[in-house]
Amino acid sequence: MPKMVLMQGDEAAALGAIRAGCRFYAGYPITPASEIAEVMSRELPKVGGVFIQMEDEIASAAAIIGASLAGVKSMTATSGPGFSLMQEAIGYAVMTETPTVFVNVMRGGPSTGLPTKPSQGDIMQARWGTHGDHAIIALYPSSVQEIYKYIITAFNLAEKYRTPVVFLMDETLGHMRENFIMPSEREVFIYNRLREEQIKEEEVFLPYETEEYAEPTPQPLVEMGKARFHVSGLIHDEAGFPMANPDIADRLVRRLVEKIRLHADEISIYDEYMTEDAEVLIIAYGITARSAMRAVKIARNDRIKVGLFRPITIWPVPRTRLKELLSRVNSVIIAEMNLGQYAHEVLSLTKNDVRVKLVNKVNGELITPQEILDAVTELQSGIVGYY
Amino acid sequence: MKTKQLLKYLRIDRWPTVWCPGCGNGIILKAFLEAVDQLKLKKDRIAVVSGIGCSSRATGYLDFNTMHTLHGRAIAFATGVKLARPEFKVIVMGGDGDLASIGGNHFIHACRRNIDLTVIVFNNMIYGMTGGQYSPTTPEEEYASTAPYGHIEKPFDIVKLALSAGATYVARATVYHYNLLVRYIKEAIEHKGVSVVDVISNCHTYFGRYNGMPEPYQMLEYFKTNSVTLQKAQTMSEEELEGKIVIGQFRKEEKPCYMDCYRELQKKAQGR
Repeated sequence: MPKMVLMQGDEAAALGAIRAGCRFYAGYPITPASEIAEVMSRELPKVGGVFIQMEDEIASAAAIIGASLAGVKSMTATSGPGFSLMQEAIGYAVMTETPTVFVNVMRGGPSTGLPTKPSQGDIMQARWGTHGDHAIIALYPSSVQEIYKYIITAFNLAEKYRTPVVFLMDETLGHMRENFIMPSEREVFIYNRLREEQIKEEEVFLPYETEEYAEPTPQPLVEMGKARFHVSGLIHDEAGFPMANPDIADRLVRRLVEKIRLHADEISIYDEYMTEDAEVLIIAYGITARSAMRAVKIARNDRIKVGLFRPITIWPVPRTRLKELLSRVNSVIIAEMNLGQYAHEVLSLTKNDVRVKLVNKVNGELITPQEILDAVTELQSGIVGYY
Repeated sequence: MKTKQLLKYLRIDRWPTVWCPGCGNGIILKAFLEAVDQLKLKKDRIAVVSGIGCSSRATGYLDFNTMHTLHGRAIAFATGVKLARPEFKVIVMGGDGDLASIGGNHFIHACRRNIDLTVIVFNNMIYGMTGGQYSPTTPEEEYASTAPYGHIEKPFDIVKLALSAGATYVARATVYHYNLLVRYIKEAIEHKGVSVVDVISNCHTYFGRYNGMPEPYQMLEYFKTNSVTLQKAQTMSEEELEGKIVIGQFRKEEKPCYMDCYRELQKKAQGR
């Protein structure tokens, strides 16, 4: 029998993570992400996992990286101010290729901002928050069901590509309650870590060895133990030891970027609605995509050819498909609760003759379907015609 | 002990070290390895976590599970390692700047939690790697590259800090007192709960050069003549203790450590 559950978004993030095999959580209280910590503190000990409330977000980020390297799938959750504090550690996870999941339930910024209101202001911080050249994977679901589903994906991607994965949510998604059908065992794929027992005694383990540099795929991480490897945030050789050689530095930094960039199509997850014949393409993600969906339905009733593209992997940008769609439409609307952070990426893929309309909001309120429809009206008053 | 016997714990192929000739870090490292050898610990079951700085480079030379992490955050990383793998002996190595300044918050909270970690502070009273700036343990009136007119701040006493934050094993030695150092590190590793060993070490390159002791032997001589045992210190007045290094074991008490308490919590959560 399919099991229907009613869950809050934050709760779904916590329970989905446990389903994915997360057995260590370190965090620090912050609105609107605190419920994730609360659920973890209640649920993790039941399954033999460990929850700890650290002294700050810096320590939380460090602790989950330590636990992951030691062999346990780990996660933390925070919001804007805490996410800022975690950036140095995220860079360390990038450099040491440590699978970790960082949930950021976005609230209004900058600084303390609007702690209890939704925002999509950390899109660029998710991409470029930590210093230095690097690639990142960031997912952003649109419903409670998707939070549960895609946090499992986040853990799998973290393991497969040996990278920190940023899991974006927003205050509304975090606090809303929705029901959904709990996925069955068969519907859930879990990527498991290699155990210490699976490597041979005395086998020299090079944690950063890559066979094919042209198309790098990281080898899986083995938990700490028999192999006795070294990890460092310094530029390092394949064995993990500090090395300031220019060739090694160049090769490492490029590989860290390429291992995700070259697999962008594999990693990309997105959703489309009525894009087949669309002349106006709306691009929206997270909670805003739900208003956009409504706007498409209303516009279609008026026989306006509007479609929705919803990136779920915000980073890397699902470029291949997005480029294809952008080449077919005459207008594009990018709706987001920030002042055009993702528009920046979309516009780099858009031809000059495509008309562009941005719908932006930074007042702590959601973008309404009407606001998106107004943009459609404005655009179609020029180019888009009725049939 | 013959150094040769300890070579099996080192990644010899990663030598030479980045440390200056005569640096006290080598003495601390050897004392640590001698303690590990005496305890007959398995290399696979030891994790050593360090931050950033001269002393933190130690992890790269040790053949254990090693992590060279972020400046100040070694204790936080080590907390994750310990909670993920409670069967590991987890050692944190770092300097005074790393553990008492940028990492001071993690230090006091680890002490408060009584998490089963051994923290070895390579306390040379200066930032060595960045060029001799004053640290939280630089004594008043001493000179540093950022204290050209003499230092005006009161230093942290790492031992007092650890004691008041709740550490359950606290000891101090200097690199001059090698045998004592081995004993304290050994006891600290054996201790269940957080253990802190404050090791006063020589950075003759910076601290020494700025303060009239540019040769390693001069600093060791200084440690020798200015150290007093805890027993003797208890009979001395505050004025007499001015400028002295008090060495000894300051606390050793058995208390449930974090993971013991968490295991009880897990049982409760599972209704056992």
